[in-house]
Amino acid sequence: MSEDGFRDMREIVDGIYRSESRRVFATLIRLLGDFDIAEEALHEAFRAALEQWPRDGVPANARAWLVSAGRFKAIDGLRRRARFDALDDYAEHAENIADDSAAPESEGIEDDRLRLVFICCHPALSPDAQVALTLREVCGLSTEEIAHAFLTAAPTVAQRIVRAKSKIRDAGIPYQVPAPEELPQRLESVLRVIYLVFNEGYSASSGETLTRHDLSGEAIRLARLLVELLPEPEAMGLLALMLLHESRRAARSSPTGDLILLDEQDRALWNRGHIEEGIALVERALPMRRPGAYCLQAAIAAVHADAPGMNATDWTEIVGLYELLAQAEPSPVVELNRAVAVAMRDGPAAGLALIDAILERGELSDYRLAHAARADLCRRLEKTAEARASYQRALALTRQGPERRFLERRLAQLKN
Amino acid sequence: MKYLCLVYLDEKRLDELPDEDCVAYDTEIRGSGYCLASEALQSVQTATTVRMRNGKLSVTDGPFAETKEQLAGFYMIEARDLNEAIQIAAKIPPARVGCIEVRPIRPIRETVAARLQQR
Repeated sequence: MSEDGFRDMREIVDGIYRSESRRVFATLIRLLGDFDIAEEALHEAFRAALEQWPRDGVPANARAWLVSAGRFKAIDGLRRRARFDALDDYAEHAENIADDSAAPESEGIEDDRLRLVFICCHPALSPDAQVALTLREVCGLSTEEIAHAFLTAAPTVAQRIVRAKSKIRDAGIPYQVPAPEELPQRLESVLRVIYLVFNEGYSASSGETLTRHDLSGEAIRLARLLVELLPEPEAMGLLALMLLHESRRAARSSPTGDLILLDEQDRALWNRGHIEEGIALVERALPMRRPGAYCLQAAIAAVHADAPGMNATDWTEIVGLYELLAQAEPSPVVELNRAVAVAMRDGPAAGLALIDAILERGELSDYRLAHAARADLCRRLEKTAEARASYQRALALTRQGPERRFLERRLAQLKN
Repeated sequence: MKYLCLVYLDEKRLDELPDEDCVAYDTEIRGSGYCLASEALQSVQTATTVRMRNGKLSVTDGPFAETKEQLAGFYMIEARDLNEAIQIAAKIPPARVGCIEVRPIRPIRETVAARLQQR
């Protein structure tokens, strides 16, 4: 093959690697029963493809070819290791895999990806490990990329992943889609991991850049995969919620990276495609069952997305949805959001009374957004001294650059 | 009287103690008739804690028993995998007020036997 031909083939294989490698990997884990052996087999399979495809052409079903090549390479490797180390463990493992009559080809590939998601988000793994393992194994991010996104050291992330894999092996966590009776709890854990990844990308908990786009994109991709494989209402609700948040990305910060709140956003910048998709998902998910927390939050975001402006927003509808949300998932943060919606519906004094009652209970006394919301209502009521004290309290609690600059701006405006 | 002898140690010091010594003692005490059951556990990193609160199952990584909770009993179960073990543990009544730490058994006798066979 000519040099150009070889370069073309390299590009074809790279393309297939990007689109298929995680699916092939998920199936190899099922067939080989071990993350590390599957990882090695995956690389062997692509190495074999680079050798053989230029000669024999790209097979019609590249994915099936790669799965079967990876499986044979792994069996081969285990047999060789068994002879070299004279270890029965390897020999037995190799023969078990070789005997496995389960059709390794296309069948069940989608289930394999679902299995992979569920094992990575297993609640018996620590929350940090669930996130790292999901990004590494399901999304195919490198350890360095994960470490960078979460502002952690790469060895820390690597160790989390190694420990999680040993726990999966030693504690006997099965590679399985959960049984129907376990599904609600297990799905909750998967959705929590996806939402955590999204939020880390959407509103970084510390650091200068307000959005770390790639993580939000990964979370949306993951949720799309989940909805496609398991169309549960809460999975749809989460996807809708993320799309509706994501639709405001271009409008929520200025070119200099400063935060722009909802009431000052240029709604023309909102991504209509995301909004339409999000609203359609909410409409599909809401009637399916008594709505859960993600569906309700998505429904609230959909009301905002549908409104031409702050004053034209249906605040009565939003207050009602927050009440349902407070029943589905009681939390002081939900009450705080409801109080802000009440302020929009009935005026700032009504909202302030509710926020003060929540703050008095103490649970949110270190929550920066509670103080920022209180400051804003005091500002609108021209209670300048109280507004200043609350902005200062919020400022002391925030760790984000853009948020800090926003609060400082508001404080400066108060003095004028 | 029956007594339960619980084994505590710093896992970092496990290397100072050959598995062979433990299995040899195990064979001896079982032969003597004193020992009714004995097992080694996998590392504490494989632990999973199960709680039942208001009918809702909670599963967390690690042995997070609070210091005010004391060891009150044990069940040794045979389960297909950790998921089944969790479901069984959740039904143990004290899971409703305390917690059940689920730890896999380490097959120490089998490991030692396999090593001896290779020599």
